[in-house]
Amino acid sequence: MSSLVKCPHCGLRPREEFTIRGEVPSPRPASDAPANAWFDHVYLRDNPRGEHREYWHHAGGCRRWLVLSRNTITHDISAVVDASTLKAGTKS
Amino acid sequence: MSVLGKLENGAVSRSGHNSERTDMRYSALSLLGNAFSKNKKWTPAWRNPDPKPHYDVIIIGGGGHGLATAYYLSKVFGVRNVAVLERGYLGSGNIGRNTTIIRSNYLLQGNNPFYEFSMKLWEGLEQDFNFNAMVSQRGVVNLYHSDAQRDAYVRRGNAMRLHRVDADLVGRDQLRDMLPFLDYENARFPIMGGLMQKRGGTVRHDAVAWGFARGADQNGVDIIQNCEVTAIEREGDQVTGVQTTRGPITCGKLAMAVAGHSSHVARMVDMRLPIESHALQAFVSEGLKPFIDTVVTFGAGHFYVSQSDKGGLVFGGDIEGYNSYAQRGNLACVEHVAEAGMAMIPALSRVRILRSWGGIMDMSMDGSPIMDKTYLGNLYFNGGWCYGGFKATPASGYCFAHLLATDTPHETATEFRMDRFERGYLLDEKGVGAQANLH
Ligand SMILES: Cc1cc2nc3c(=O)[nH]c(=O)nc-3n(C[C@H](O)[C@H](O)[C@H](O)COP(=O)(O)OP(=O)(O)OC[C@H]3O[C@@H](n4cnc5c(N)ncnc54)[C@H](O)[C@@H]3O)c2cc1C
Ligand SMILES: [Zn+2]
Repeated sequence: MSSLVKCPHCGLRPREEFTIRGEVPSPRPASDAPANAWFDHVYLRDNPRGEHREYWHHAGGCRRWLVLSRNTITHDISAVVDASTLKAGTKS
Repeated sequence: MSVLGKLENGAVSRSGHNSERTDMRYSALSLLGNAFSKNKKWTPAWRNPDPKPHYDVIIIGGGGHGLATAYYLSKVFGVRNVAVLERGYLGSGNIGRNTTIIRSNYLLQGNNPFYEFSMKLWEGLEQDFNFNAMVSQRGVVNLYHSDAQRDAYVRRGNAMRLHRVDADLVGRDQLRDMLPFLDYENARFPIMGGLMQKRGGTVRHDAVAWGFARGADQNGVDIIQNCEVTAIEREGDQVTGVQTTRGPITCGKLAMAVAGHSSHVARMVDMRLPIESHALQAFVSEGLKPFIDTVVTFGAGHFYVSQSDKGGLVFGGDIEGYNSYAQRGNLACVEHVAEAGMAMIPALSRVRILRSWGGIMDMSMDGSPIMDKTYLGNLYFNGGWCYGGFKATPASGYCFAHLLATDTPHETATEFRMDRFERGYLLDEKGVGAQANLH
């Protein structure tokens, strides 16, 4: 993993400034959705070998939630966007 | 990783398709006899067979858990038409990469009897499989630095004792006699005492893989290296066999024990798991005179250490925090481990690190393992061991063999069900919730 990560708001920043939440899961279900939709959202992960989309928090900078596209074998980061740009209810 | 390098060479030089069984028993007498014949009569510890077209049971993954499963299947449950398929060479996964600590100091009812069963198996293992695994019950001490941490350890110690597992609370003065080199007066995290399990300790990790491999092989199990499973064949709700880099093989039952690659292999049957793969690093220093004679874990930061019989300090810290399938870690983590180590043992500042490496952990969403049948009738899953699966190796093998042979869980492994997340029966030792990188 590279030691610098490019935040869309703050530019290149050291990796230690970020807190990693993990994989972007299936969309958050409606509050009255059946239990298995919640099970999927809370617990199940794709955990791919290769391209991966994950939530990072720029805790030591702008404090925004970001979505990184990163390869889990090479650790190359291909995109970093603000999490608010994700379309509500989609995975991609 | 000189040890791994040697193993690799060994595996290569052994690829001469020796298919005759090697039943030699190791003993003082065999050592003496072989010395007189100039050590020319030693035979390979296991065969290197070509895959047969069909097995009753195929185990994917020749790590500690896969090999132990094959050993107990063939020895205790009489299932001998078994193959272990390993993608690389034997011992190339986490079984050859861990920091070798064994303990059974778990808090929860669903975990503790299982890990204690494992400890009991460790205690008799070397005689059982006739291999020197250097089982060393040198004790494991977990330090505490505050009243709250002490209370939590008292609770854990009591839970252990209720399960008839040894646990001792060691006060500061007694600890000073045992471990004089710790920084007791640390301004921020003074050391107040520790919880000790005297029966905990270390075991030579790769010898565990070799011992189980040799024992399974002697019972007729085929251990097939350089054989990656690339697809799983299905018919209806049954598995019929696998595609591998050494051709197709059919089977009656299929068992997964692939640790960090669990999600990847599960995807071959469209199964998603409550597991993330994360890298964990370990470090070894130059050889030092005897200095640390137990395992010690820091309660104020991510650091733990023991000293190997060669004198090197073996230590590590926390997982890296991001999903990874690369068997290497990040410099940020190296720095963090070094800082935590020096906070606990200031003398470490003069010690040089010789080598470091990484392995891929199968981090589950509650920090506990999964050992269960799956939605496909004859596919069985074993994984989610996080960073603590080495100590579990014998019991994991025994219980998984029990499940495979009898279709019922062993009495110490009834809580490791796949559906516990759905049902809300989590086994969350740390109580941090559904975030794999926090366990
Ligand atoms: C740095 C480090 C320190 C650790 N320290 C400790 C410790 O002190 N105490 C403790 O209890 N635990 C520790 N662990 C955890 C422990 O090592 C693991 O939980 C345990 O080894 C996992 O089980 P295994 O031995 O079967 O895994 P592995 O040895 O990883 O076995 C899995 C095998 O499956 C193979 N495989 C994967 N995919 C395929 C495929 N498609 N086809 C065929 N084969 C495949 C892999 O090549 C691998 O050999 C540590 C781990 C690491 C990395
Ligand atoms: Zn930022």
